[in-house]
Formats: sequence, C-alpha cells, structure tokens
Amino acid sequence: MSNTSSRPPMRVIEKRVTLSRRGFLKGGGMAALGVGALSTATLMMPADEALAANFKVLGAANGKTLLQLARDIFPHDRISDRYYLQALEPLEAQAAQDDKLKALLTEGVAALDRLAKLRFKKAYTELPKESDRLSLLYVIEHGAFFQKVKGHLVTGFYDNKAVWPLFGYEGSSWEKGGYINRGFDDIDWLDNDA
Amino acid sequence: MKAKFSLDDDGVVVIIGSGAGGGTLADELTQRGVNVVILEAGKHYTQADFENDEWAMFKKISWLDKRISAGGWHHTETYPNLPAWIVKGVGGSTMHFSGLALRFLPHDFKTRSTYGEVKGANVIDWPISYDELAPYYDIAERKMGVAGTKASGLPEMPPNNHYKVIAAGAKKVGYKDISRPVASNTRPNDGRPACQQIGFCMQGCKIGAKWSTLYSEIPRAIETGRAELRPQSMVLRIEHDKSGKVSGVLYADKDGRQHLQKARVVCVAGNSIESPRLLLNSASSLFPNGLANSSGQVGKNYMNHTTAAAVAIHKGPVYMYRGFDIAAVISDEAQLNPDRGFLGGYHLEGLALHLPFTAAFMKPGGWGREVTSALEQYDHMSCVWVCGEDMPQEENGITLHPTEKDQYGLPIPIVTKTDHTNDAAMRRHGLAAWRKVSEAVGATRVIDMPPYPASHNMGTNRMSANARDGVLNKWGQTHDIKNLFVSDGSQFTSSSAANPTLTIVALAVRQAEYIAGAMQRREI
Ligand SMILES: Cc1cc2nc3c(=O)[nH]c(=O)nc-3n(C[C@H](O)[C@H](O)[C@H](O)COP(=O)(O)OP(=O)(O)OC[C@H]3O[C@@H](n4cnc5c(N)ncnc54)[C@H](O)[C@@H]3O)c2cc1C
Ligand code: SF4
Repeated sequence: MSNTSSRPPMRVIEKRVTLSRRGFLKGGGMAALGVGALSTATLMMPADEALAANFKVLGAANGKTLLQLARDIFPHDRISDRYYLQALEPLEAQAAQDDKLKALLTEGVAALDRLAKLRFKKAYTELPKESDRLSLLYVIEHGAFFQKVKGHLVTGFYDNKAVWPLFGYEGSSWEKGGYINRGFDDIDWLDNDA
Repeated sequence: MKAKFSLDDDGVVVIIGSGAGGGTLADELTQRGVNVVILEAGKHYTQADFENDEWAMFKKISWLDKRISAGGWHHTETYPNLPAWIVKGVGGSTMHFSGLALRFLPHDFKTRSTYGEVKGANVIDWPISYDELAPYYDIAERKMGVAGTKASGLPEMPPNNHYKVIAAGAKKVGYKDISRPVASNTRPNDGRPACQQIGFCMQGCKIGAKWSTLYSEIPRAIETGRAELRPQSMVLRIEHDKSGKVSGVLYADKDGRQHLQKARVVCVAGNSIESPRLLLNSASSLFPNGLANSSGQVGKNYMNHTTAAAVAIHKGPVYMYRGFDIAAVISDEAQLNPDRGFLGGYHLEGLALHLPFTAAFMKPGGWGREVTSALEQYDHMSCVWVCGEDMPQEENGITLHPTEKDQYGLPIPIVTKTDHTNDAAMRRHGLAAWRKVSEAVGATRVIDMPPYPASHNMGTNRMSANARDGVLNKWGQTHDIKNLFVSDGSQFTSSSAANPTLTIVALAVRQAEYIAGAMQRREI
C-alpha cells in the first residue's frame, strides 16, 4: 500500500473510440471494397439504413439483416454498428466473387426472415426484443449460414485494428519500442491484496 | 563463405527440416567439420517479414497443408484440419515458439520403472538417463540463452504485470516453485539484442531477442562454409541402396521440380507429424512398411501433452500482452504425487494471448453474451496453459490417408489422438488449480478453454533400448538403418510435463557429437 505513492500509476487504456464519423467514412475499409465517395443522400439517412446501403452486392435489405445478425452473434453494446459493417465488408467482397457464398448468404437471410414471420409475424430485424431474435438464432445456429457468418466474424470483427482500442488492446508494439518503457510491469492494484 | 554442394556429392549429411532439431544439428555438425545440406520445405523469412499481428503471422508461417484430426480428442470438432500448430519455414516452429525452456525431471526418463505397467498405455523407459543428458542441457541453455539459468549466466526475465498477478496468486495458495526460464536475452548476448518486452514472441521476435534457429544456429552453420541451406525444398522420400543403407533423398523445389540429393547420412527433423510420415512414405520393396519400421512403431505413440487453457478475469487491469509472452510458470504440480489420482505431473504456464487469438480460442464456436461479456474484460485477463505429461498409446499416431493426396501427390496425414484416462484426470486437476490461483487474488470469473491445436508434438519415432519397442537407439539412430537418424521431438519416449524444445536441442547436440565421431571412425 505504501509504495503506490512512490511510483506512477498504471498506464491504463481508456476503452473509447477516438475516430470521428467523418474519419471513418474516409477510412480504408470501404475504399478497399471499391466504394467511392458517399452521396449526400446516404449521409442523410438514419445510421443503420446508411450503413446497410453499403451492401452493394447483397443489397441493403440483406445488409440490414446481416448487421443485426452480426450484433446478435457478438453483442457489444458500447460498439457501434459501423464496426459490425467493417467486419462484414470482407464477407461481402468474397460474395461478389463467389456465387455459392452469395446464395448461402441471401438464402440464409430469407430463411431467417421466414422463420421470424412464422413465429412472430415480423421480419427478424423488426423484432425489438433481443430474446425473440435469439430464439430464432438457436434454431439456425448449427446451419451453414449461421456458421459461415459467425466463423467469419471471429476474425472479421476481432481482428479489426479499429476495434482493438475498445477492448483496451494496443496492437503492434515493436515500432514503439515494445513495453519496456511503457508499462510492462506497472500493475498497481496487487499490493492491496497480497 | 557460402557452401554449395552438388546433387551427386555423397559425402554430405542431409538434414531434413531446419527447426529446433534440424537447425541445432546443422550448427553442431558444421562446427565439427561435417558438410551438411539442409532441406527445408518452407520459405526463408527474415525478421523484416515479422509482424506484430497474430493472424497475419499465423497465415504467413504456419504449416497449412491439409491434415486431418481423428480419434476422441476435442480437435476433431474444434480444429478438424489443424490438429497441430507447426511452422513451415527456415527456423521451423522456433519462430512461433514462446520460448519456455524447462528441463525434464529425472523420473521422466524412467517412466516404466517409475509408474509400472500403465493400463491402456505403451510406456517404456528411455535408453538414456537424466544424468547422461544433463551436460547437454547445460549446453542447450547456453545456446538458447535461457534467462535465469546458471549455464547461460543471463539474468532472470524481469516480471511483467501478467507474471505478477499469477505469481501473487500462486504464493497465496502455497505454491513455491515459481519461475520463468525463457529463451530470450535479458541482456545483449550471442550477437542478438536484449528483450524489449514487445510481447509478440509467438509471432516471431521482431528484434531477435528470443532464440530461434532462424537467426542463431542456421547462419552460424552457413558461416562455416560447410552448410548449404535450400529453402522451399520439400523432401518426398528417402532412397536406399541394395544393402538397405540410405543413399539420398528426393525433394521438390519451389517450382515443383524434383531433385535427388545424394547423402552419406540422412537426419530427419520435420517435427513429429512429417517425420514419421516421410518414413512411411519411403516404403520400398525392401522395407514394405516404411523405413526403419521393423518394430511397427513408426508413427505410433503420438503425444502432444495433456493440455488445457483458461482465462481469469481480474478486478483490475493486467494487460497480459505487455511484455514477454510467457508469464509465471508454476512447477509444484510437475512433481510426482499419486495422491492426486493421476500419474506424472503438469506445469501451470502463464501464456499471454493477444485479443484476436483470445477471441478465437476462448470458446471456439461460441457466440453470444457469454463470450462477449468476457472479451470486454480482455484488458483484465490473465491466461494459463496447462502443460502435463500425456501417456504414449499405440493407437495414437500418424497414419496415411488411403486416398487423399497433397499438392506433391503424397497421402495426407491423419493425426489420431484419444485421451488416456490419466490425461483427463490431470486436465481437471490443472484447471481446478488455476481457478484457485486466480481466485486467490480476487479473480471474478474463470473460463476454461479447450486445448489449442497441438504445438508440442512428440513420440512418433521413439527411442528404445530394445529394437522391438521403438524406432531409435539412444543416439536417435534408427535401429534398422545405421546411417539414418531422427533429430526432432519424435524421438521422445515419454513426453514429461516440460515443453519439449530444450530437450530437442540437448538431444541434437549430443547426436551431432555421435554422428561426427561415427563418421570419423568410418562407422557410417
Ligand atoms: C505457438 C507455439 C508456441 C510454442 N512454445 C513453446 C515453448 O514455449 N517451449 C517449447 O519448448 N516449445 C514450444 N513450442 C514447440 C516447439 O516450437 C517445437 O517443439 C519445436 O520447434 C519442435 O522442433 P522440431 O525440430 O521437432 O520441429 P520444427 O521446429 O517444427 O521444425 C520442423 C521443420 O521441418 C520442416 N519440414 C517438415 N517436413 C519436411 C519435409 N518433408 N521436407 C523438408 N522440410 C520439412 C518444417 O517446414 C519445419 O520448418 C511452441 C510451438 C508453437 C507452435
Ligand atoms: S517480448 Fe522480448 S522476446 Fe518477446 S518478442 Fe518482444 S523483444 Fe522479442
């Protein structure tokens, strides 16, 4: 306890987004997809609609469902839809090249909606209760569509450098000289316990 | 001066694979005046190719040719085509390896005498003892620059946050044997710099502080002018003459062109899946069951340690990824203690994962809030890898697929592993012990993880005193063919609870001494 005063506090990472929306829109993710400047009409739409409009290959309606599905698979309430979009972009890019994948995704969305309408008389994205949506996902979780989207998201979502700061993870360190002078041994809460 | 040997040069020792075993052997043989040709299936990466990025490096350097997981282990579900995590590249798995360098314990060499007969297992003693290997452990610790050992003279690795959390918990529950012997420079050593706590040791150390044959043994061998390294050279079969002695190896270069390199001696060091696979693929009319397989033990007794992993979520931040990737290692449970209900022992090894691998390995196939609520605490996590002895069982092993072929037209390997009941009991004990260690410092949630793809692969060409029971004698020389050696972890007769690389290096140094002597005496 006594030694906490004699050393600097632990270098703690604020798990916050520092990127502006503007910065994001200009960022590399969509450029890589070949999406050019966004029209002002797109900018004026509500957020999720605007994001869904980026699904040029699968279409906005499918895109909206995939965005919701991605969030239901790996729900992080503090993380905005844009990161889920970034996670799905490579999958869409693959679907542009791969008709079988495209069919798996579009038919998967259609089947999910059919199931939703059968049970709740509404499309999957129109179900406001998470538990209702999950009850549908438990039905399809072993199917090829769900497995494909989930498998992709493990890297698509968590291997996206843009989300790392939100988890307090700092990424590449060698160019900063490692952690030898940046808190590899600065833990300050253990003493209180030991 | 770079050596170049002709394909017809039948005076060279051909080494297949350039990892822990092959790289060390090349160094030690050339220092003793022997000419070697190193054939390595993978590319020659350099530190410039290393990225501080888990998936990028995994994709770049892993052995991703198709393999099949079979048997009762978890991997048939979690990693059906990735039973093992092995590197394809100059330096082999020493690029990815996390640097922990533990010695075997004396009883590990005498498992049959210590345990007696173990039901359902194929346990025998090694033909060598701890005392015989001890001087070579010293040499290996010096070569690898193992921090905190007497032999290397290097200071201990300074504790990082992850070390401190685990060590504090361990002490609270009464563990005493807490250490961190890692093969990374704690001061400049052997022409390589000191560790800067970069934390991507398993992605290839960007500055070369962590030992790897890629930038220590291999260049040293080449500098002697007695070694030629041929990367992207996949050995397809080992040839022999009428008398049954091996005479050369057939390999495919990067363009798929095949060459036959003649050899005086052949040393196989392709790691424990590829080495037996190569011997089996080299079957001929003289050796219909594969080379050196009169015992029928080639490819059998596959071991990959009894492993499990777990994360603990703490009340304060840890940032386990900051600094050397191995944290505290608790070795109290490595000692024998039959009261626990299993034979052998295990180490609890703090091993940091970065966020992308944590997400992939924590609950493979998992989803939903169970997973995400934990990952949101990534910065508060500590992570352990349980590494324990597993029992050799004859049914566990490497077999050739009856129909499916790889890009070279060779049958792909099937890797079969089923836990022994002993393994299962030990895994449970290890995970429970980790929970206690973590909760002792106030961890609020502990999540057990399934084993990772096997990074420690052993036993598939084991040593035995009696030619009936194994493939190799105590020098790693095949019982059947005098000028054919195996120089990697497939030599292991038992797995011990210790990570294998230090022992692989010690055995390779000892084998080099023997080969150089036997060549001089014209025995081979
Ligand atoms: C992520 C990770 C972490 C690890 N951490 C540790 C640790 O902390 N401590 C420890 O002791 N061990 C650790 N290991 C294990 C360690 O890396 C291996 O046990 C060791 O490198 C094995 O040495 P080897 O010589 O048997 O094979 P390898 O080092 O794997 O080398 C085999 C080489 O042979 C080549 N090859 C295979 N077949 C052929 C062929 N037919 N023709 C030509 N070349 C061929 C391969 O491309 C490869 O380069 C780790 C492994 C991994 C993957
Ligand atoms: S922690 Fe040390 S050994 Fe590991 S990558 Fe960094 S500098 Fe290399």
